[in-house]
Amino acid sequence: MIGGTLDRRAVVADLLQDRGELLVVTGLGSPSYDVMAAGDHDLNYYLWAAMGSAMTVGLGLAMAQPHRPVLVVTGDGEALMGFGALATIALRKPRNLSIVILDNGHFGETGMQPSHAGQGIELSRVAEACGFPVVDLVTERQVVEPLRRRIQARESLNLAVVKIQAENLPRALPPRDGVYVKNRFRLALGHKPA
Amino acid sequence: MVSDTAEGADQSWRQDVFDVLKAAGVKHVVYVPDAGHATAIRLAEADPEIKAVVLTTEEEGIGYLAGAWLGGERGALLMQSSGVGNCINTLGLVACARFPFLAVVTMRGDWAEFNQWQNPMGQATEAALRLMGVMTWRADEAKDVAPLLRGAATMAFEGDGACALLLGQRLIGEKEWAK
Repeated sequence: MIGGTLDRRAVVADLLQDRGELLVVTGLGSPSYDVMAAGDHDLNYYLWAAMGSAMTVGLGLAMAQPHRPVLVVTGDGEALMGFGALATIALRKPRNLSIVILDNGHFGETGMQPSHAGQGIELSRVAEACGFPVVDLVTERQVVEPLRRRIQARESLNLAVVKIQAENLPRALPPRDGVYVKNRFRLALGHKPA
Repeated sequence: MVSDTAEGADQSWRQDVFDVLKAAGVKHVVYVPDAGHATAIRLAEADPEIKAVVLTTEEEGIGYLAGAWLGGERGALLMQSSGVGNCINTLGLVACARFPFLAVVTMRGDWAEFNQWQNPMGQATEAALRLMGVMTWRADEAKDVAPLLRGAATMAFEGDGACALLLGQRLIGEKEWAK
């Protein structure tokens, strides 16, 4: 299935409603803009590079903060570059970690070239094969609210592939100063800068 | 007799690596296995206060440790010199956000290397780390491992430094190919 029909901004805004204790990590490119468009927050960590690292940053954060829900929002291209992370995460199974892959089947930031996900690699099946205990394929807006509740529940490692429209929306640019975003995040959790 | 000890040479450094990390408050040991790290990996896996995480490729460890630091905890990456090559682009995350980074790197292609396919990356390892802004130290003698690693941990965790200790092949011992 090549992408889908869902509006990425609407889905992400829904998932971040009443976010409570939620910690959020975003993959570079459009997922960072989607999360920013839903409202900047001290407990968002936006990646601007290190493609393939969104899921591993989320894993480390979830392991260090087991009492808070952690959500990784990334895209199919970013997830593909960190393919092995699915295996690494599946071995750990942190109950508080949720991964949402916004899948439009394309590399959106670089000119909408079709990605592997758009040419037959179904990331939800990869996650299942790796042993993720809960995997969703989201194609309808109604399923987003149950997913939001699952992200907050901290009951099981879970991954959702959300089939979104392939479109480049106006960018909502998060802060690019990595030190600032890092220290802001840590301060909000009560940790001082070095 | 554990399989990762070479006969004759001083092997105390193998325990020292773990002890120094533990004393530095490391709560996460992430690794791609290497024989030279076998003792530290075994001890980390057995320690209930440490999360030991096996990776599929070394750059996963950079993301993981950044995440753990965001969450308020310290960690270290154990890898072989070949893995340094896999880390290059991802080290940009460490540089841009000034995340503390502590790596212990066992060397190949460094001394008495039987497999010359290890030489290109082994010879480029220290320069590659430095190109990406990682400070490096090198231990070829057992007595140097603990103080060098302790110093690297201080500069990583107290000063948001990117630090790597290279463990030379002379320290680790020649790999036996004739078995």
